[in-house]
Formats: sequence, C-alpha cells, structure tokens
Amino acid sequence: MSRPQRQFEAAVRGGDGLAIIDLHGEMDGFAEEALNAAYAEATSSEPPAVLLNFSDVDYINSTGIALIVGLLAQARKSHRRLLTCGLSEHYQEIFRITRLADFMSIFPDESAALSELQAS
Amino acid sequence: MKQIRHLWQSWRRREDSDARPQASLRSQVVMLDLDIVPNDPLVLYFQTSPGVVDVERLEIDSPVLDSLRAAGVKLVVPLVSQGELIGMINLGPRLSEQDYSTDDRKLLSDLATQAAPAVRVAQLARQQQAEARERERMEQELRVARLIQQTLLPHELPNLPGYEIATYYRPAREVGGDFYDFLYFEDGQVGLIIGDVTDKGVPAALVMATTRTLLRAAAERMTYPSPVLERVNELLYPDIPQRMFVTCLYALLDPASGRLRYANAGHDLPYRRHSSGVDELRATGMPLGLMPGMKYEEKEVILSKGDLVLFHSDGLVEAHNSAGDMFGFPRLQETMGQQPGDDTSSVIEFLLGELASFAGDDWEQEDDVTLVSLRRGVTKEVDKEPQVDERPAVESRNRDLWQRDWQVIAEFELPSEPGNERKAMEEVANRVQDMEISATRMEKLKTAVAEATMNAMEHGNKYRAEIPVHIQVMTVDGALGVRITDRGASQPIPEAELPDLEAKLAGMQSPRGWGLFLIENMVDELNVLTDDVHHTVELIMHLQKEGE
Repeated sequence: MSRPQRQFEAAVRGGDGLAIIDLHGEMDGFAEEALNAAYAEATSSEPPAVLLNFSDVDYINSTGIALIVGLLAQARKSHRRLLTCGLSEHYQEIFRITRLADFMSIFPDESAALSELQAS
Repeated sequence: MKQIRHLWQSWRRREDSDARPQASLRSQVVMLDLDIVPNDPLVLYFQTSPGVVDVERLEIDSPVLDSLRAAGVKLVVPLVSQGELIGMINLGPRLSEQDYSTDDRKLLSDLATQAAPAVRVAQLARQQQAEARERERMEQELRVARLIQQTLLPHELPNLPGYEIATYYRPAREVGGDFYDFLYFEDGQVGLIIGDVTDKGVPAALVMATTRTLLRAAAERMTYPSPVLERVNELLYPDIPQRMFVTCLYALLDPASGRLRYANAGHDLPYRRHSSGVDELRATGMPLGLMPGMKYEEKEVILSKGDLVLFHSDGLVEAHNSAGDMFGFPRLQETMGQQPGDDTSSVIEFLLGELASFAGDDWEQEDDVTLVSLRRGVTKEVDKEPQVDERPAVESRNRDLWQRDWQVIAEFELPSEPGNERKAMEEVANRVQDMEISATRMEKLKTAVAEATMNAMEHGNKYRAEIPVHIQVMTVDGALGVRITDRGASQPIPEAELPDLEAKLAGMQSPRGWGLFLIENMVDELNVLTDDVHHTVELIMHLQKEGE
C-alpha cells in the first residue's frame, strides 16, 4: 500500500473562546486518525467554536469531505460552531456544492474568522 | 399550414387620411399577420416569378392575394431564398399618390435580392437557438427523472441467509418508470416488489415515487400481497394522471420455509426455475391505477433448495433487434433453462449476454431493463455480510457520445492502491496543461479524475494492486475527455444515493458517498459504459464554458 506524497498532520492551538486546528497536507482517508485526534484534543477544553485552518491543505477528496461531515455532526451534537478558513476557491466551491457551507462559516483567513467571532 | 409572420409593409391607410389629414403625411410600418397555406397559387407564383409584383394587375385566385388587397397593399416584393418563399415586403400606395416609378421598382428588386439570404440566415439561427433550448430542457428533465429513480431504488441487497439475490437495472435514455424494492418485516419475511409505470421521464418517475411510498405504507399494515395491491390501487386511482397506470408484482418470501406468496397487478410474469424445468408464476390482476375496486389473485409456491425465481420488466422481453424481432417470453424462458451456472448473479449475466448477442452492437435500448433474481441456495445456510457497495450506477446519458471521433493523447495504467488517485490526477493534469483550459476548470477536472479513479480502484478493482486502472486522455473539437476503466463489470452495481447532508449530520446516512456527486458537479458530461469485464467512466469537459 503506497503512502500519499505528503503525510497529513493536524496541530491544535488556542484556548477558551476558540480552538484552532491547523491542517497540513492532504485530506483523504489517510487523514482520519490525525484529524479525529486533533478534534478530540481541540474540544477537550469545551470551546464554543473550532476553526479548521485549511491554508496548508492542497487536496481534499470525497473521503476527506466525509471526515469533515463527521466532525460537523459531532460539533452540532455538542452545539459547537465549526468554522473554516484558508480554503482555496476550488474547495470553497466544493463546500458550496456539498452544502457544507450552509452549516459552517467559511472565512478567507484566520484573522477574518477571529474578528467575526469577536464581533458576535 | 405555413405561416409567414412579421411581414413589413409601408403604407398609408386611406381612412386615416380622410379623417386626419395630418397623419396622411406620415408613413407607417405595419406587420401583416397572414396565414398562408403552402399550395396557395400566389406562393407558387412568387417562387417562380421573382421581382416586384403589382398586386392590382395580378389575376390569380388566391386567398392571400385577397387579404393583401384588403389591406391596401399595392406592391409585393417576395423574398425568395433557394426557391423557397421566406418573406414578403408589402407596400401600400406612395405617399405622393403617384405610381411607383421604374427606379423605385429596381431599387426594391435589388433590396429583395440582398435581403432574402440575410433573412433566411436569421430565420435559421433563430430556429437553431430554439432547438438548442429545447434539447437543453429535455436533457435537464431526463436528469431529474434519473435522479428521482436512482434515489429511490434500494441501495443494498437483502442479507438473507440461505438465499442469493441479485439485481440489474439499466434505464433507457428516456428514463422509463421501472422500479424495484425490498421490504423487511419483523417476523423475518421479506417483500420483493418489481413494477413499471407507463410513460417515461419525470411524470413516470413521480408516479413511481408515489407508488413506492403507497406500497411501503400498505405492506406495513397488511400481511398478504393481495390486499396490499388492492389498497394501493384504491389510493392511486383518484390521483394518477389519465392514461397512466402501474404494473406491479408483490411477492412475500418466508425465508425459513421457502414459501413465496405473490399477487400481480398486470406485471410480466416471473419465471421459476426448478429441477424439472422453468415455469411461470401466474396470478391475475389488473394494473394499479386503472380502475377502482379491483381484486387480486394471490398464489404461493414453496421454493426448494436450488430453485430460482426471476422477476423482470418488459425492457428485456420487448427488446427488438435490428431485424425488428422481439426478444420475447419464449426466448427468456428457454434461456433460463439453458443457463449452466446456478448462482443468481450469473443468471442475470447470462441473460444479458443473450440479450447482447440477440440485439447486436447497435442496439438502441427502448425501455428500462430491470431484473431481480432470487435463489434458494443448496449449501449450508451461513450468515453473510450484507453486500454493500458504495459505487453508484450511472448509465450512459448520451450514448452517441461514445461515437465521437476522439483522439487519444495519452494512455496509462496505475496499480489499484490507495493514494494512487493523486497520481492519476497529476498525470492527467500534466498531459492537458498545454490545452486552453481555465485554471478553475482544470481544478474541477482534477477532482473528477481523482474521484473516478478512486471509485475504480476501490469498488471496481477492490484495491487489488495487481489489477490496474486504465486511463485514457482524449480530445475532440473543443472538448477534453478522460476515460477511467476498471475490471468491476461482473458485479451488479447498486444505485446512486443522492447525498443528503442533513441526513448525514443526523447519522441517518453514511457520512461517505460524495464521490459520484462530486464528479457529476465537476464535469460537463458523465457517461458510463460496461461490457462483460470492464466498467468505464467517461468524463467530458468542454474547454470553454459559456460565460467564461
């Protein structure tokens, strides 16, 4: 079984108001474990919102979409907002087509997400 | 009846000049709306005698001529293109009340010579636009009909220990109203439904959806097939559009005893193959929605080990070959008896093989073909994992696309290993980078190629590295095509499920299942072709999209 060219990694930052998960690499089936572990870590302090930072993700496939759907389902169950930033135009469109965009706010970058969160 | 409209006429109305002398100095352009039958003598005269025609001097018995005179027309300049009358310039009397001069006539004649071809081109362009819009509308409707059907057909086969069930469904290009369904009851019995709505397209798909729901609701409340059909008929009759009806067979299997009870609302009779031959499972009843108060005969058989029942729709038996012969019931019955293998998927494969050799390569599928086979196994009854295959089926939307003169610009193979869809994607992108394709569309193509390759590796080749996925990159005038082929044709392909994000978020649908949906939304056309061994997905991207 060949590995993808670039291993997926997810790192958690932030604290009470917002946890940020910086995603790196390719979001496909190989990303599942790291993504779910990062989400569990990010939500351990029960933040009201989690921001997924896609600025260093260059490939998302349908399995990756399914993983995001899984996170979104978890987030909704615990009444937590899930936000995204750093998605390329192409993947923003895919988020619109799949209607993920109806359930999670899409921001161009981290600072835009933060200022919206502070304003609300 | 041929109608020539929008005929321009410059004229002056006498009654106006009498009443309002001021107005008489203004010329008016008025459209005459004439109904002209093609064999009107005036039309023939215009076609054979080009040039300016003096209406008052003409001695022809023609309703059109009468209308022209009544409207005060003095001169007619027919516009004739390639021997066909395509318009007329009609003139009333000159404003100066003098006769038209020789120069006037010459000018008009020259004008007509110039104008006729231009008007013709404009007419053709308008006609083509209208036809293109109509085609677009029909394609859209077919898409909706197919989506409704694919969404409502079962996505999984029943997991019945000791039984094998296989299905095959292939919609015709103009989607018909075929459907099948499986119902599961608490006592372990399983309902099998196969039906066919008359008519095609969206109306058939909607009636199919309604019937399916009514059947499910009735079967929930009533134990036996016959009352279920009676009830559905009563409910359907007042609501079904005129001249539409539904043929439907409902069979209820008790897996433990092998008892199969069935009632039939005018559907093609199923065949049972057993140790001493092949016979029909006959039960009488009128189609659903035709008349109220219908009764349905109910019969039952006991399936012995090794017995097989084939439920089918008329798309198979009514298939015609190029000589105009029909596949027919006797051939179906005979073929079932000849089939050497004895598992359910092989009976379907065998029948499809027979159909292919009967109908020939250029078969134009007229109606949906649906086959459901049920066989009681001879081996020890072991609990099998349910056969879930997420790969959705899409039939070729537009089979003539396969006839396009594609030029293959690249061809390569990749082992079926997880992650290789990225290699496929990069390789295709490399091969087409010199073509005039926008960055946005290139991204879409890449996603579609990756998803289709992943489906091929996972569902077609079961991630067996030694079976490669074959990829062809092709071009044709203004379009780019990618064909992705796996070797998964031997397995029946379940139908596509329309991803429903709400259901997924609520845990009622698997979070997966986005692949085909993405592909469909990324490319301009998606076609699927299956032969005995291979399964090919064709992605087509137009190089320039309108508005880009």
